[in-house]
Amino acid sequence: MDDARRAVEAVARDSYGRLVAYLSSHTRDVAAAEDALGDALLAALDTWPREGAPRAPEAWLLKAARNRFLDWKRHDRVKTASVDTIRLVAESRAGEPADRQFPDERLKLLFVCAHPAIDPAVHTPLMLQTVLGITAARMASAFLVPAATMSQRLVRAKTKILDAGIPFEVPDDRDLAPRLDAVLEAIYAAFGLGWDDGGGELAEEAIWLGRVLVEKRRNDPEARGLLALMLHGHARRAARRSPDGRYVPLSEQYPALWSRETIAEAEAELAAASSQRRPGRFQLEAAIQSAHAARARGGSVDWRAIALFYDHLVRLSPTVGARVGRAAALAEVEGPVAALARLDEIGDVSASQPYWAVRAHLLAQAGRAAEARLAYDQAIALATDPAVKRFLSDRRG
Amino acid sequence: MQYALLIYETAERFANRTLDKGDAYIGAWRAYHRMLVEAGVYVGGQPLRGTSTATVVRVEDGRRHVQDGPYAETKEQLGGFVILELPSLDAALDWAARCPAASYGAVEVRPVAAEIHDVVTM
Repeated sequence: MDDARRAVEAVARDSYGRLVAYLSSHTRDVAAAEDALGDALLAALDTWPREGAPRAPEAWLLKAARNRFLDWKRHDRVKTASVDTIRLVAESRAGEPADRQFPDERLKLLFVCAHPAIDPAVHTPLMLQTVLGITAARMASAFLVPAATMSQRLVRAKTKILDAGIPFEVPDDRDLAPRLDAVLEAIYAAFGLGWDDGGGELAEEAIWLGRVLVEKRRNDPEARGLLALMLHGHARRAARRSPDGRYVPLSEQYPALWSRETIAEAEAELAAASSQRRPGRFQLEAAIQSAHAARARGGSVDWRAIALFYDHLVRLSPTVGARVGRAAALAEVEGPVAALARLDEIGDVSASQPYWAVRAHLLAQAGRAAEARLAYDQAIALATDPAVKRFLSDRRG
Repeated sequence: MQYALLIYETAERFANRTLDKGDAYIGAWRAYHRMLVEAGVYVGGQPLRGTSTATVVRVEDGRRHVQDGPYAETKEQLGGFVILELPSLDAALDWAARCPAASYGAVEVRPVAAEIHDVVTM
């Protein structure tokens, strides 16, 4: 029983996005594809414990989801009447096409979600839900909106994809650039959500998507920059927690625990990206991580270079995160007082956990203990990761 | 599938309408129409007279209310529509971008609800 349940969970995790992308690329109906797959997973939970998990679980799910889709079609619950739907139906009737390898349409689905005809605020959540199966509730907290609002936006977007006839294809060069930015953002957001979970499956999925994108767009420096950035982060996953589960900040991580192989791949991607001489946000962030990775080769961290990269980054996208990073780098070069002055220039920081963590650290360094404690309290309150909370509490004293 | 391109034009553009085939805007529309027909995507369409000629009708409790003016007062006014047969929204957006009105006013792209048309007409 437990084995079968685990088998369902495993295939759901590995194949969810592939199956949704394949089904919806044929029907344009993302919501129906998700529903059909959901029903197929429920059927699997019912059948597999009794009859054992099938040899080709992915094909089993695809077939079950298709049959469910056909049922709905017969009862007119599915609106689409496109030629592709008819083809999907015909394929299903033709016998066992589900045993064949089916093509990976996830990249197409990503570009559909990033279509300019879709509300930009929903681009990233839509991609995360349809391609990676992240629930609206979980995204709601990450995107700071009520869960009901998030669900509504996602439903509206899926209806528009179907009714407005947004095509399932990777756009040509002219339309690609603005949508590529949204796709890169979504992949990075998925990596970030996975990061909060300890760099698990979601982070690996995000890296996988990054690789697919780079394969398709070898000459896009930002796609390669993003892949390099994620790989640098992923290389450190074993070092981010002590054996007893404590949070270890980057500067105190033991470089021997970093993955040399992953760092090498990240460096190769970054080199390929920079050779095009078209810098961008992700390349700069990757360059900052690359400077930290110098410790893996026994070198020391070049904080001046990092501060310079942050200067560029702030010019390109003056986010609170980038400005906090710049202040932290400046502290290593010019000391805490200069860095605190930089932090004071940042506007609304009430919700930025890194701001308060860095501020607390700098105040403590500057000998302003009472203010440091107040800043630590703020940082602890904003932290969502229990290990980070504990780390900050220990520092606060 | 079919798409309606709803043509929104400024009051100024309405005021300067002309039947002169030598006029640049008319010329652009004539060329656009020819392109649509040659591409085999043109289903139909009509220009509309300005909103000053519009009348709104409502029936409430069996009584007819007739009111002068358009349904909604907006800066840009609905000046006409074109119906096109196209494979996807992207194709519709491409044709909307080529529409002469896109450079002066705005073009709203709306998919035609074919299934409702079928229910009503069959």
